[in-house]
Amino acid sequence: MKEFRQAKWHMPTIFEIGAGDRSGCELPKLDSVLRQAIGDPSTFLPKDLMRTSPPNLPETSEVEVLRHFTKLSQMAFGVDEGFYPLGSCTMKYNPKINEALANLDEVNWIHPYQDESTVQGALELMYKLSCWLIEITGMHSFSLQPSAGAHGEFAGTLIMRAYHKHNSHLESKDEVLIPDLAHGTNPASAAMAGFKVIIIPSGIDGCIDIEALKNIVSKRTAGLMLTNPNTLGIFEKEIVEISKILHEEGALLYYDGANFNGIMGKVRPGDMGFDIVHLNLHKTFSTPHGGGGPGSGPVGVVEELDKFLPIPLIQYDGEKYYLDYNRTYSIGKIRGFYGNFDILVRAFSYILTMGAEGLENAAEIAVLNANYLSKRLANIKGFELPYDNERPRKHECVISCSKMKRETGVQAKNVAKRLIDFGIHPPTMYFPLIIDEALMIEPTETETIEELEGLVDMFAEISKEAYSTPNVLLEAPHNSSFSQMDEVKASHPRTLCLSWRMHQRMKHEKKD
Amino acid sequence: MTNPYLPNDTDEIRQKLLKTIGIKNTDELFSDIPSTILLKKSLSLPVSLSEAEVRRAVEGILKKNSTVKELISFLGGGVWPHYVPAVVDNIASRSEFLTSYTPYQPELNQGVLQALFEYQSLICELVKMDVANCSMYDWASSLAEAARMTSRITGKNVFLVPHFISPERITVLKSYAEPAEIRVVEVKQSANNGQIDLEDLKQKMSSETAGVYIENPSYLGYVMNNASIVSEIVHDAGGLFVVGVDPMSLGVLKPPGDYGADIVVGEGQPLGNHMSFGGGLLGILSCKDNPYYIRQLPGRVVGMTTTIKGDERGFCFALQTREQHIRREKATSNICTNETLCAIRAAVYMSLMGRKGFETLGNNILIASHYTAKILSEIGGVEAPSFKSEFFKEFTVNFDRTSKSVDEINNRLLRNGIVGGHSLKTIFPELGNSSLYCVTELHSRNDIETLQTKLKEIIEG
Repeated sequence: MKEFRQAKWHMPTIFEIGAGDRSGCELPKLDSVLRQAIGDPSTFLPKDLMRTSPPNLPETSEVEVLRHFTKLSQMAFGVDEGFYPLGSCTMKYNPKINEALANLDEVNWIHPYQDESTVQGALELMYKLSCWLIEITGMHSFSLQPSAGAHGEFAGTLIMRAYHKHNSHLESKDEVLIPDLAHGTNPASAAMAGFKVIIIPSGIDGCIDIEALKNIVSKRTAGLMLTNPNTLGIFEKEIVEISKILHEEGALLYYDGANFNGIMGKVRPGDMGFDIVHLNLHKTFSTPHGGGGPGSGPVGVVEELDKFLPIPLIQYDGEKYYLDYNRTYSIGKIRGFYGNFDILVRAFSYILTMGAEGLENAAEIAVLNANYLSKRLANIKGFELPYDNERPRKHECVISCSKMKRETGVQAKNVAKRLIDFGIHPPTMYFPLIIDEALMIEPTETETIEELEGLVDMFAEISKEAYSTPNVLLEAPHNSSFSQMDEVKASHPRTLCLSWRMHQRMKHEKKD
Repeated sequence: MTNPYLPNDTDEIRQKLLKTIGIKNTDELFSDIPSTILLKKSLSLPVSLSEAEVRRAVEGILKKNSTVKELISFLGGGVWPHYVPAVVDNIASRSEFLTSYTPYQPELNQGVLQALFEYQSLICELVKMDVANCSMYDWASSLAEAARMTSRITGKNVFLVPHFISPERITVLKSYAEPAEIRVVEVKQSANNGQIDLEDLKQKMSSETAGVYIENPSYLGYVMNNASIVSEIVHDAGGLFVVGVDPMSLGVLKPPGDYGADIVVGEGQPLGNHMSFGGGLLGILSCKDNPYYIRQLPGRVVGMTTTIKGDERGFCFALQTREQHIRREKATSNICTNETLCAIRAAVYMSLMGRKGFETLGNNILIASHYTAKILSEIGGVEAPSFKSEFFKEFTVNFDRTSKSVDEINNRLLRNGIVGGHSLKTIFPELGNSSLYCVTELHSRNDIETLQTKLKEIIEG
């Protein structure tokens, strides 16, 4: 078994290094003519508007700052460092050509209020990207404004709200249905958009229970938010029926694109009957997660909902690209300007690289990889594949460690943490909520078969350990920079410390 | 040859995978998708290109942009040109930061967590507050979430905002406020100096006021001179005081923590983030150390802790029970993916600038912006600044007493390689023929004087 060793630095915080009067950057020199003409700001700015003492920021040289953050980066772990089978997060390879293009001056050095004639390249790229997303999803139009998946959901649920308001039945349509398997963002987004959340149970096949759905759908139903394939990696095969049930009640169907990687090029949300779609460019379209963002969550709609999309929309009049603000029924804006442009450049470059065939192949291989893992992992002692284990999974599978827990006391969390010792980022843990001791595994299409086999070997090794030397699992990880963190202490009111300022004050209070 | 990103896309490996799964062909994996909806033909997309071709194609499109490196630009208004030190780009391109997921596994991603804790801490020092979260999408969404936060804390539903506010921010605020049944009400500002009309504010304060928001410097660049009085009025009525800032001003201007702010929001783009057409922004959200506030904070926040063994200091996410993955529809917000890499950039930037850097930077900007206003106002009919208040790096220029419209002026400037100030004509028609000019440390004396020369030619010529 290949062992992994992560760098371990005993790191002070940036506030604990440096020395008086050191500085990490040299500012442009001010022309003496300017200084002479204007004088020192203290001579013309009233004292009561000015800061009285300098902020307590570090006094560190450039080299100190560089080494500090470089060492911190060495205690982090990305897709470039190793396998990241993190379910529902689609941690595929982030191609380097996309980085090179996203860091061009023509991306970094353009201002959103520049005259349209000087940013035709940016507008063209965004326009074409939205056309491609329209084709890929089967929708009518797209906005690239949302900054993340949840942000796309918020835009989508606001569109749902605007639609019902426009038809004067928002008062009576105030419920959004969400399966018990859904990502937590779905109920949170629906609630933010002012809807009540109603949970729909899953059936024994791991799909929406159609009878239960029929009973729950009512005149009050504004919409249903659905991830398909769902978070078990299973395709909701009754989707056409679900769409019919919702639409007959005048409700809208919302597609959470978090799991789109498993069906891309095979079937389109528009053809399944969805009215609103968001995609996660930082999942399906290979843009990096950046340790938690920036992402991008474009939102697409059917023709009837086009008029509600956020402003501005990028349009083309046959000669030039322009920003269209003239949209009376728009939900307005959900962030400043037009979206995370640098992320859009990366996704654009990815689609150009892949083409239609490449995207479809990506989905196929992602699904092959996930099914290969589900088959092999479910055969290892202590692990099971709950819910219809004969059905193919799509992009991910959810393994339960429930049997292992009963028999050895080893939990999903321990298995996950032990994987770290072998240089693998743990799968998503304890989600979806309906599965006991869940490990949600999404290999993506960019991993080799050798890497998949390696993961299977590690699960087999961990199983052996669980049934022979469980202690090694309970204390894992051993090879990462740090051992298990005290998450309770981090949130306890008496020890809560969210900044260096709070830390200094607590230290001071302790002394007193 | 296989696609370089699809290592298993060879006949041999596909067969091996199929055999283990126990099926004959890949289509069986998709057999549960109803045939009526399965795609019958390939997507209509451009054919796939090699890396060299992709580079040429994307560069070809992007070359149609003129960057503000080639042009001399005086645009600001929410995204501003500031220098991004090479060290910031270097750290942000470290693959461990760039390609990692949200650090839900603290043992393996300590580096991201400590960097975020330091970001939070550095922001707190700059704005003089105690708590900051890991980031929101941008200033506008920070403001919108702050408004909802004040409503949850106070149980009230009116949020007051200044009349002269960025159109981006007010539009976003309204989108977020409406479904929470928060009423956004404008407070008048003086037409002469832009300051908050205190009488109007007092009149609009009521038992329903959740919070009052001001921007300092304001969207139009001038500095508020009555912020502490506003703070008193708000607090006397039991509301919360929310302040929006440009962090670059805080080396010289009084930080909001010094005049009573409960919540501070702002745009972190200038802290080491490129303008990128207004993408990849960084929403600052910070508040006082008050358990009622902290409980209502949206988004992720990193806390200092120790290992379970207790022998080492470490960091992990704190107070996750506020968040969507645990609290679901009762969460304080739906935000999860935020702007972490931009926050790490900001942490590096603030560390480089350090204790003295922000003051020097602020003073240099003040001098350059005032010099610009001074020489522009020497042109006949040009009023700069048109608001009679102190200002930081942005100021309004009024052209009413020239014979030219802002559009005409900006068009002619552009033909001379200069991007004039952002036109305020449609946003604030009452300001007449005005535009918003921005000057930072990147504007040289030559840039400024070239602007003056050309403007003079256009207006007087």
